[in-house]
Amino acid sequence: MSLKQLNIFVENKQGALVAITDTLASHNVNIRALSIADTEEFGILRLIVNDNDTACKILSDEGFLIKTTEVVGVKIGDAPGKLSKALEVLDDAKINMEYLYAFMARTQKHAYVVLRVADNKAAETALENAGFHMITDADINKL
Amino acid sequence: MQERYFQKEIETMPAEQMKQLQSEKLVKQVKHVYENVPYYRDLMDKKGVTPDDIKSIEDLHKLPFLSKADLRDAYPYGLLAKPLKDCVRIQSTSGTTGRRVVAFYTQHDVDLWEDCCARAIVAAGGTDEDVCQVAYGYGLFTGGPGLNGGSHKVGCLTLPMSSGFTDRQIQFMTDLNATILCCTPSYAAYIGETLEEKGFKPEDIPLKAGIFGAEPWTEEMRRGIEKTLGIKAYDIYGLTETTGPGVAFECSEQTGMHINEDHFYAEIIDPDTGEVLPEGSKGELVFTSLDKEAFPLLRYRTRDICVLSRKKCSCGRTLIKMAKPMGRSDDMLIIRGVNVFPSQIETVLLNEGYQPNYQIIVDRKGNTDTFDVNVEMTAEHFSDTVSGVTALEKKLAEAMKVMLGINPTVHLVAPKSIVRSEGKAVRVIDKRKLHD
Repeated sequence: MSLKQLNIFVENKQGALVAITDTLASHNVNIRALSIADTEEFGILRLIVNDNDTACKILSDEGFLIKTTEVVGVKIGDAPGKLSKALEVLDDAKINMEYLYAFMARTQKHAYVVLRVADNKAAETALENAGFHMITDADINKL
Repeated sequence: MQERYFQKEIETMPAEQMKQLQSEKLVKQVKHVYENVPYYRDLMDKKGVTPDDIKSIEDLHKLPFLSKADLRDAYPYGLLAKPLKDCVRIQSTSGTTGRRVVAFYTQHDVDLWEDCCARAIVAAGGTDEDVCQVAYGYGLFTGGPGLNGGSHKVGCLTLPMSSGFTDRQIQFMTDLNATILCCTPSYAAYIGETLEEKGFKPEDIPLKAGIFGAEPWTEEMRRGIEKTLGIKAYDIYGLTETTGPGVAFECSEQTGMHINEDHFYAEIIDPDTGEVLPEGSKGELVFTSLDKEAFPLLRYRTRDICVLSRKKCSCGRTLIKMAKPMGRSDDMLIIRGVNVFPSQIETVLLNEGYQPNYQIIVDRKGNTDTFDVNVEMTAEHFSDTVSGVTALEKKLAEAMKVMLGINPTVHLVAPKSIVRSEGKAVRVIDKRKLHD
């Protein structure tokens, strides 16, 4: 079970982000979810895309620093309180979380949460035991 | 493998005989300068020295020094020792530290310079079977023209690439099987990185040797370049004021550079008192040209801090060796009262696994110096969290503090965002207005 996230080092400069999104667009790579962690000087752009291999290749070719990380993707109901429930599960299992971000799908009435935790396997087991469904790279294409 | 030389008689001449040759040449050179360069004649007159006082190389210490300031004062023709109609070429410095230096050459001067470069190429294993890619800048900068001429003299097939257009460099290198690369060490490192990115392994690269100079570089950087390109990397030294690259060159022993002392006599002096120091002492390197026609400089202070050695060399050359300069008084930064050499920063970066591409930015806020170092992020170090990146910056800053004694602020920046040297790298931006 795995969901790959792309991490791209972005300098805090005008035009830096659009250079990345343009490159992806011109190669028909669709962004499903994104989050940016930023400081005054640099940012880390995190992306979930429909085609990791192409995205990595074209962005590296353009000279961007890009790396992939395995993250946990979990499907939650699109209703109040559902995210809290998922987070409580992780809290109870004492799994440390670095960050998270969420996205919605066009076709299905669900929300999805991308979690970056200290121990992917433990998080997945805890969430599955609590009745949550994980999503993988293969699922991203179908959303 | 038998050691080869370009001019064996000179390069392996016994020390006593070399001294004799130097003495004969010096006497003539001093006379030539005294008669043709009023600027230097005045300096000699003021010191009460005449050409008759110079009977051998032992008398050299009696002559006055020349400094970069003299070259500026005498710009452009004040140190010219031949009529312009006898000159065939000029070369010039970048002028980054003040007014440009313009050096003049007669055909004789060009020939001796090219001989010096040819000695360097042969010492690096070059023969007429080799394909020599010259990726130093061509033009006013001495790097390209010097190595180009040397390569011709050796009989190498010469690729006059000049610097830049890295994709084209790589195409010619691989299509024409270049075996020797001549450029600045930072450009060699950049070409190496680019080849690596394109999937070339060291064994796929036709090069066997590289001759790199014109800017300071460290042993760590040498090892890095040798590994990526699969070559042996040779250092070369020179300055436009004396002639250009080839004043000194490295042999396979890689333990210092043989000075072409039949043309350029080296002294080490105490930079404060001007006193000549014995062999093996650390001090400022001073050069005297022995047989130049158009632009002969006597006792020119290079500002390079260096050590000379006559220890027997395994390559068979008897030419005196100079250590890699340990710093230049004009490169040295004084930040919050501490001496900082850019090469120290480079050493830290290589030790910590970063590329030696960095930029030091010094400024002054109120009465305190600010000291920032920009370093390029690498794929190995990059992670997906901000805390990860700031931890790397902190670790680098701490390593620099251990090396320098003062604390910089380190900024990790995107790869290739620091301008590479296609000529010389701009490593230091000093925004303090300390001298106005």
